[in-house]
Amino acid sequence: MRITCPTCGSRDLHEFHVLGEAEQARPRLSGDFDSAAARAAFTDYVYARRNPAGPHDEYWYHGPCDTWLVVRRDTRSHEVHDVRAARGGDRP
Amino acid sequence: MGFSGFALLKEALNGQRGWTEHWRKAAPKPAYDVVIVGGGGHGLATAHYLASRYGITNVAVLEKGWIGGGNAGRNTTIIRSNYLLDGNIPFYELSMKLWEGLEQDINFNAMVSQRSVLNLYHSDGQRDAYARRGNAMALHGVDAEMLDREAVRARVPYLDFDNARFPVKGGLLHRRGGTARHDGVVWGYARAADRRGVDIVENCEVTGFLREGGAVVGVETTRGTIRARTVGMAVAGSSSLLAAKADLRLPMESHVLQAFVSEGIKPLVDGVVTFGAGHFYISQSDKGGLVFGGDLDPFPSYAQRGGLPVFEDVAECALAMMPMLSRLRILRSWGGIMDMSLDGSPIIDHTPVEGLKINSGWCYGGFKATPASGLCFAHLLATGELHSAASAYRLDRFARGALIDEKGVGPTPNLH
Amino acid sequence: MTGFRHPSKGLIDRDKPLSFTFDGKSYSGFAGDTLASALIASGVRLVGRSFKYHRPRGFLGAGHDEPNGLVELREGARREPNVKATVAELHDGLIARSQNRWPSLDFDLLAVNGLLKPVFAAGFYYKTFMWPASFWEKLYEPMIRRAAGMGAASGLPDPDAYEQASAHCDLLVVGAGPAGLTAALTAARSGARVILAEDDFRLGGRWLADGGEELQALVAGWANELTALPNVTVLSRTTVAAAFDHGTFLAIERVADHHAVPGPHQVRQRRWTLTARRVLLATGAGERSVLCPGNDRPGVMLASAVRSYVNRFGAVPGRKAVVHTATDDGWQTAESLLAAGVELVAVLDPRNEVPAGMEGVARRTRVISGGAVIGTRGGKSLSAVGIRHGRASEWLDADLLCLSGGFNPAIQLMGHLGRRPVWSEAIAGFVMPEPAGGIRPIGAAAGIYGLREGLEQAIAGTLVDLADLGFAAQAPALPGLPDTPSGLVPLFWKPTLEDSGAKVFIDPQNDVCASDVVLAHREGYRSVEHLKRFTTLGMATDQGRTANVDAIAIMAHLEGRPMAESGVTLARPPVVPIALGAVAGARAGGHFRPVRKVPLHPWAEGLGAVFTDVGQWKRPQYFPRAGESDWQVTVNREVTTVRKAVGLTDVSTLGKFVVEGPDAGAYLDRVFATRPSAIAVGSCGYGLMLREDGFLKDDGMIARLTEQSFLVFVSTVHVADVWRHMQFCRQVLWPELDLSLADQSERWAQMALAGPKAEAVLTALLDEFTVDAHSLPPQAVREATVGGVPVRLFGLSFSGERAFEIAVAARHGAALAARLMDVGAAHGITAYGTEAMAVMRIEMGYAVGSEINGQTTAHDLGMAGLMDLGKDHVGRVLSQRDELMRADRPRLVGLIPVDPANRLRGGAHVLGRDGPATVDADLGWITSAAWSPTLGTSIALAMVKGGPDRLGDTVRIWDGMRGTDFPARIVSLPFIGRAEGGKDA
Repeated sequence: MRITCPTCGSRDLHEFHVLGEAEQARPRLSGDFDSAAARAAFTDYVYARRNPAGPHDEYWYHGPCDTWLVVRRDTRSHEVHDVRAARGGDRP
Repeated sequence: MGFSGFALLKEALNGQRGWTEHWRKAAPKPAYDVVIVGGGGHGLATAHYLASRYGITNVAVLEKGWIGGGNAGRNTTIIRSNYLLDGNIPFYELSMKLWEGLEQDINFNAMVSQRSVLNLYHSDGQRDAYARRGNAMALHGVDAEMLDREAVRARVPYLDFDNARFPVKGGLLHRRGGTARHDGVVWGYARAADRRGVDIVENCEVTGFLREGGAVVGVETTRGTIRARTVGMAVAGSSSLLAAKADLRLPMESHVLQAFVSEGIKPLVDGVVTFGAGHFYISQSDKGGLVFGGDLDPFPSYAQRGGLPVFEDVAECALAMMPMLSRLRILRSWGGIMDMSLDGSPIIDHTPVEGLKINSGWCYGGFKATPASGLCFAHLLATGELHSAASAYRLDRFARGALIDEKGVGPTPNLH
Repeated sequence: MTGFRHPSKGLIDRDKPLSFTFDGKSYSGFAGDTLASALIASGVRLVGRSFKYHRPRGFLGAGHDEPNGLVELREGARREPNVKATVAELHDGLIARSQNRWPSLDFDLLAVNGLLKPVFAAGFYYKTFMWPASFWEKLYEPMIRRAAGMGAASGLPDPDAYEQASAHCDLLVVGAGPAGLTAALTAARSGARVILAEDDFRLGGRWLADGGEELQALVAGWANELTALPNVTVLSRTTVAAAFDHGTFLAIERVADHHAVPGPHQVRQRRWTLTARRVLLATGAGERSVLCPGNDRPGVMLASAVRSYVNRFGAVPGRKAVVHTATDDGWQTAESLLAAGVELVAVLDPRNEVPAGMEGVARRTRVISGGAVIGTRGGKSLSAVGIRHGRASEWLDADLLCLSGGFNPAIQLMGHLGRRPVWSEAIAGFVMPEPAGGIRPIGAAAGIYGLREGLEQAIAGTLVDLADLGFAAQAPALPGLPDTPSGLVPLFWKPTLEDSGAKVFIDPQNDVCASDVVLAHREGYRSVEHLKRFTTLGMATDQGRTANVDAIAIMAHLEGRPMAESGVTLARPPVVPIALGAVAGARAGGHFRPVRKVPLHPWAEGLGAVFTDVGQWKRPQYFPRAGESDWQVTVNREVTTVRKAVGLTDVSTLGKFVVEGPDAGAYLDRVFATRPSAIAVGSCGYGLMLREDGFLKDDGMIARLTEQSFLVFVSTVHVADVWRHMQFCRQVLWPELDLSLADQSERWAQMALAGPKAEAVLTALLDEFTVDAHSLPPQAVREATVGGVPVRLFGLSFSGERAFEIAVAARHGAALAARLMDVGAAHGITAYGTEAMAVMRIEMGYAVGSEINGQTTAHDLGMAGLMDLGKDHVGRVLSQRDELMRADRPRLVGLIPVDPANRLRGGAHVLGRDGPATVDADLGWITSAAWSPTLGTSIALAMVKGGPDRLGDTVRIWDGMRGTDFPARIVSLPFIGRAEGGKDA
């Protein structure tokens, strides 16, 4: 399997570390960290997964250039649709 | 027809004409008391125990392909109860005891073979971790022994003691662990359940849930609508896909686990041996092939095929552990879809949706859990209560933080 | 003895005779032979015994499709079981033995199994061996296991070496037969980078079996052109064994297997990772036989294999042949046999017409249209073939039966990518209808068996792929080659009420007969996967090449559905069996994983250190001195010396991350549960890092170098993981923060100098710097020099003594350590290792990985008070869940045995004092233990339910694994008073 790193080009699977599903943003809280709402939001963020059979956003890390990527990949065919730096904008 | 040596002889003389189907190719009825989605080991075991222990026979097992076509037919056949945590040990030991009586229970030789499981350790820290586990097992009444280096050498002389990058220092031995013939388990449970009247419906894929007032009252399938008082899902790696049809998200990710078999050779490896300086396990089947595997592929996948890095890693670990394997040849490889839960331990519980119960999250522990999973899920489907041996496998444990995390790696599924 | 060497035919080199032995008997062959061709030419026909019934077996095929002719090759540690003699290149002095027979191939007592054949039908073992229950493991299973397997492994480590290599190309051509050579040539001439991989030791594919000087000259010419081109890599003896996603392929090159032993510094096999933008699959098509009763007798062979033996090797397998063919190709074999002087007794063909160009053959034999084989005779060697035509039947004298039942395109590599082939009625075979995953089948692999048509399709496909890759190419001029008739009709065996096929062998290695398929159907195993698993057909070492399709056809017939609707099993890697050693490459033995050495390694080695593995690092564990009887004595001395005088140890393996920028402090406050931004410049503070689920991830010291610059220390075993995590926080979670991260872990050597004399030693080391509580207070960070070389000093202590960590550029590490030992000699300095370090940190009650093991919380370790709950940080919300803060969770305490003679050990459990040793009494376990020379007793850290609420209690230390059981007291931590600068100050 090969992933095209925006910085380095098409690289082999060995060079990457996979974290997992990348479909939720970390909840942004203002203040009450111990409310039921905060706990529910973080529980969902930490434990729930969509885990679809099909196109899926995932966090991949390219070791050689220390870049976290969001890889849109099909979990059935392994076809890679898109790869972008997770940070967005310019190179991190 | 019952199976026995006599039956074999009789049919040998009869041109094999008297044998009958091991399970009927049932057409689905419009309604059942219980519908089990998933015709793998767990679903079929559940049906068997529902019928044989709880007297509930108006049951259908719906399988989208051919029974045992998922992980039940793709694993490395290891059975063991050498777990660490209090939430797991009683369950897997219950399973072990059910394995020990299985063939007599279902009248099918599943070739349960308790030739031991030996976990090698390579450092003092690992030794202590294994001692903790062995002691936990012993306190639960499960057999465990620590072997030092020389005892391991006496037992498994062909390990690499001399040139290894990470020399073997000892091992944790679980004598009652071993292997069972995975296909035999599936077919045996299917036949036993069928004989009690359970309908096993193959080529029947669930496309949706029938809901009334929010509760699940049945399923929509490629072979029609089927109503049920209770629906139990036992679809392993496909759990998120099925749960999504009830608008549920589960704490799990699906990953491929690759497994391998070598060409058949005369007996070489007795029992199961697992490596401690890499994730790798090996045993020899009764047909002579070495069956082995390692880590799962790190990316989510439903493709049942993995990448080259894991393929290589498995071979490297194989040689690091047993250098004599070098000239033996890999004959076949395959992959399953592993339901990796967010703490590495299973889920057997109600779901937030009334009428729908779940059996999932098996990670590496699915095959060995087959009998206990079936019994505990049957208990839940029959009584609405959690079986005492599976009392920790609640779906809400993630929210509460009562995790059963054997490896201590946290909410990252591909690390379990 | 019926096979013989033809006086002139074959591509073998008759100037290079080779000798070999088979079952101890000597034979000879030539360079260019396989072991099989040499055996056939030597008249050897019986080469093996089948798995279940030990029936006599002869060669069926000439390649990887061979199910019968398996040998143990070589002796001693190089002995290899299950080698197909049909693909083993002959070398001088080759030693081979037949397998799976006792006492001899000719007289195998286990053939008695065959008498019980009706009992041993498919799946019989599921129905028996269950009584009495104990007999399965004691008797039945050992018997089955002893009978299982074909050859025996040597059981010895492999003396040969392997290596890995990788190559990239625009176009990978798999197979150098007619289509592959044509395609490779087309691509090569266009300037594309081409890799041509051929499994065989000669290029040419099926052309090698067709003989003819002109053709062989053409093949040689093309091979030479390809080899000479700089943009082409020709890999012969190289099997592309597995396809992975996105153009990645695994191939195995047999570098030295055709020699007795590899040459000096030569590897035996090489594993290739090939990365290709496009792939042309020119792997040809394998022949199926025609199933018939008695088809497993030696002398029954695939027609194309016979042709290959005759024309390529000059090895003629018999003298009187019957050909039963449903294909035009089978007639080619008939023609070749006649040309080799073999009597062609009859040609059976279900069709009524003789293929174009075969009229001459037809005139020289008896053509039986619509005839079928009904049996064979001859014991261990075919002597007669029974045929039926119309209502008549007769027995023909023959010692060779050549079967051609159709072809299976070799498309396994596409199956590896999850593509299922479809049935093509036109060619009676499974094909891939479209290119997929960047792989395009060409020629026979695409189901096009006519030569001209196949080459045209190959060229057309190549041009399309080259255009997509951006290369303008032209079709090469094809020489005037005679076209080959390629007609065929499906011919599958059908069971009837009278004959379920008990003598019709589908899988001759596993002894699976057509009757087993009928039985499988009867018992409900009707899907192709169930059929395969129930009967084990296709699971032998030939991977079902000649078995699968025929079995599917029988099942389709029994089910009353067309082939197009039956499934087909998916091909899985590897395409042919491949050695584990080859896949592992050079990462065997001591090279399994890299060895990482710290900068002080030479210094430690020079002092006689014993090293231990920590991850991939080698760390000094202890430094034995002459006269010390064992490690415990050494470690006790090291600890005592540190606490009384001074000691030096290496701590270079820690992670060292520099976090710099205007938002560095704010960032660290979010990554850590403590408040790093509150650390004063020039000071260090303790950092607690949580996972987002609230559990502990790591802990470590953080040094504030400047207002905007922090240095974070990370535990050795967590370095890679924490680095990724910190990058995740920076890039994904808080990209708006302005900071940079730099991993300086390997830039610095770092060592710890600890003990009451440490100040004095350090003062003596440094240039003009007097170390005292004012100039370098505990927790301080200062810069200094040693002989002009900059060093950084930290007032940190892991031992509880007054201590300093000294960081210097890695290249100076060993020298600085040596200098410290010189300067410290006057103060009685000792080097100490990880064991002594562990003793001292346990005496101090500090948690490390054994306690921070991913299952514990800050609350469990008594560190909840260190967390700053007034801010968001990773883990903030979920760490405060009730479950994680329960008082009855296992929590960190100290243990001291009541009787100092008892030894506490890691992994022992802590039970309540009274009652039986069961899980109901289980309170926890010991995480770390050591002998404390300072206190003169064994001590331990333990996680005990409600621990801190049980101080002073006596508990039971139960260690079933090591057989000890004794009381101990729960005590608070630390065990000894600490000097300042400790971890949690």
